[in-house]
Amino acid sequence: MPDEDAIRCDACPVLCYIKPGRTGACDRYGNRDGQLVRLDPHVVLDRAVSRGDSVVPFLDRDREWDGNIVSGPAKFVTAIGAGTTYPDYKPAPFIISSEAQGVDMVTVVTEGIFSYCGVKVKIDTDRHLGAETNLVRAQGEPVGHVTTGEYGSQMLSLGGVRHLTGGSRKEGTVTCDTLLNLCNGKAVDLAIDDGATVTVQAGKPPVVDGMQEERMRVGCGSATIGMFAKRWFNKVDEVVVVDDHITGVLSEHQAGKLLGVPETGIKMKGRRSTPGRYFQVAEPGTAWGGTNIEDPLSILKDFNPKIAWAGLRLLMVSTTGEHHAYFELDEALRPVEKDLPSFLRESVARIKENCEPALCTVLFMGGAGGSLRAGVTENPVRLTNSVKNSFTRVTCGGAPVYVWPGGGITFMVDVTRMPENGFGYVPTPALVAPIEFTLKLSDYATLGGYMDHVRTLDSLMTDERRRHLSARENNPWPLAKRQGTD
Amino acid sequence: MRQRAQISLLPDGRRLHMNDGPIDLIVEAFGDSHEIEAAYDEASRRFVHVLDELCSELSFLRQQSMPDSPLPTGPIARRMTAAVSPYSGRVFITPMAAVAGAVAEDILDTITSAAQLSKAYINDGGDIALHLAPGEQFVIGMVERPDRPSLFGTARLHSTQPVRGIATSGWRGRSFSLGIADAVTVLAERAAQADAAATVIANAVDLPGHPSILRAPARSISPDNDLGDLLVTQHVGELSPEDISSALDAGVMVAQSLIAERLIQSAAVHLRGETRVVTQEVVELPSRSLVHA
Repeated sequence: MPDEDAIRCDACPVLCYIKPGRTGACDRYGNRDGQLVRLDPHVVLDRAVSRGDSVVPFLDRDREWDGNIVSGPAKFVTAIGAGTTYPDYKPAPFIISSEAQGVDMVTVVTEGIFSYCGVKVKIDTDRHLGAETNLVRAQGEPVGHVTTGEYGSQMLSLGGVRHLTGGSRKEGTVTCDTLLNLCNGKAVDLAIDDGATVTVQAGKPPVVDGMQEERMRVGCGSATIGMFAKRWFNKVDEVVVVDDHITGVLSEHQAGKLLGVPETGIKMKGRRSTPGRYFQVAEPGTAWGGTNIEDPLSILKDFNPKIAWAGLRLLMVSTTGEHHAYFELDEALRPVEKDLPSFLRESVARIKENCEPALCTVLFMGGAGGSLRAGVTENPVRLTNSVKNSFTRVTCGGAPVYVWPGGGITFMVDVTRMPENGFGYVPTPALVAPIEFTLKLSDYATLGGYMDHVRTLDSLMTDERRRHLSARENNPWPLAKRQGTD
Repeated sequence: MRQRAQISLLPDGRRLHMNDGPIDLIVEAFGDSHEIEAAYDEASRRFVHVLDELCSELSFLRQQSMPDSPLPTGPIARRMTAAVSPYSGRVFITPMAAVAGAVAEDILDTITSAAQLSKAYINDGGDIALHLAPGEQFVIGMVERPDRPSLFGTARLHSTQPVRGIATSGWRGRSFSLGIADAVTVLAERAAQADAAATVIANAVDLPGHPSILRAPARSISPDNDLGDLLVTQHVGELSPEDISSALDAGVMVAQSLIAERLIQSAAVHLRGETRVVTQEVVELPSRSLVHA
């Protein structure tokens, strides 16, 4: 009767046949890739919550552990799969002691349920994705908004409590799904109101309106003039670096003036900021330098006939070097497009070369709320203070985090530095993310830690459900002595 | 050999938690301390046999209940078949529809015959068997969705009322449902009775053929499920107010007929934030109150 891919669970006499990705009648054991594993402890807890109970079954059973172990010279237990006791003020699922540099270190390993969390997405692109504060949608539901543009990248802020739990059920579910996929390194299609559609995947180039972004601009148009002025001097009479933010004009720019570049009589559209720097030469878009222009000449007015001359050589280039055109003025002082001379080709190539690969980066931003911290110590505020004072190190799936100054423990982590598929979700909807607190055993006792729940690392090593992973080379070892100020 | 069942007092020192495979019970008895102790001892002694007893007849208990079905042997299995027998031949139902309530009832009867208790409850994942000595009462909270623990109502049960069993069923719960109710809570004289009725009413809250409802054969998800090839609800998408109303109507109609047949006392049918209560005066529905943020 049972399907071929179903496995039989022998954890109890019900002997469920469990299909891949499913759990048995108990909701506790499941079939993951053909292996019988202990799954989704939070499901059990959700039920406990609905009964108002405070069950903490995780510590006294032998077959609970389903987490990843990052191996190396020593071992570090991540919280992935550790389960959580939210919202009960009970000891975290695993409190591990292991020796590091002669002192007993404790790692409190738990999975937090983050219903207020979000992600910050940095998209390296000059193209206009949408106006600031416009909604970002996934599957038609609002999941976040466009926030500031910074240094040639467009920032999106997604998730957060309002989209996760403040809107419709569908909005919450889609937001949770979007965050989960982004955090687990999957590609997500986002549509910005009155803007572009963009495919975002952590560590991969963005795809804007179906076009894959290759390079991120070297700087704004004005900065590009500054960087390349010497290279252009005497080879071309005028250079316009087209940029949605600040378009630069060589002959008027301070860099050109210093070199003695003569006036050319060029007249720009847009609003002049300071000499040689123009704002708003066109509308934002996905063409030249993040503007909407396909024809670069459309941002020029007629040349001043008193200054310009026939034969004047004009280079127009975008901040990534991706778009470029070369013109010479005819007798009527009208620009006529010509092939780019070989001696200018090199400067355009250099702009391109200096543009780094455009990427999407995703930072998960979560906070350790009161109940999560209470799972670590009996006095949650002491954990906060200990983290602020650097006695306690916070990691997320073994990856380093940046702890935001100020109240609470709010942290950011680059999801590409975490083990794969480190995130999960609960239907609340909320994300489930690993979080580890590492500190000296003696400090843990001082904090009011759950000393009677501390287990040795060895006691987990015998568990067949652990998973060993190699530590990522670019991550500092979570138990290592810290360098520098702390 | 290590004992499979886990039995321990919860950290509050009052409630007994018993778990074995898919069975997860919370027991609380009220009375003199030595009576409570005797009750918990007896509950533990009985509990370690429950799962094996049920599993010895599991394949029978997973078969459709028909008017001429033979009787099983185990006492819990007999409670199950008795609870579903009023429905056999009328709708598809198997004794498994009453398993949680029947287990709760069995443990309750075990402890009330072992000790003098003023009141007691056995909570089997939301299906609850109650004991109330004269003059005692319980206030029961009802949860709409197990994944969003908020109360949508409370029921005050007094010893003078006949209700001793409570059960909740819905497609989001642990068991599959043929319907789309978020929750159907039933009050009945016995827990197994309530359990079977909640299943039947929840199955009736439905919009057959509605495009927003995703269904899959139970067997395709869980190969040995008692519902076999029947289509069980996997996802419910957008529903119009008219859809919600007509699905609730269908459930209410079944609930009314079960009350008329004296199979249940009352039912609260819940779908997308709307609740319909069909009752013989036991359920109070105050304003919504959230128990957890």
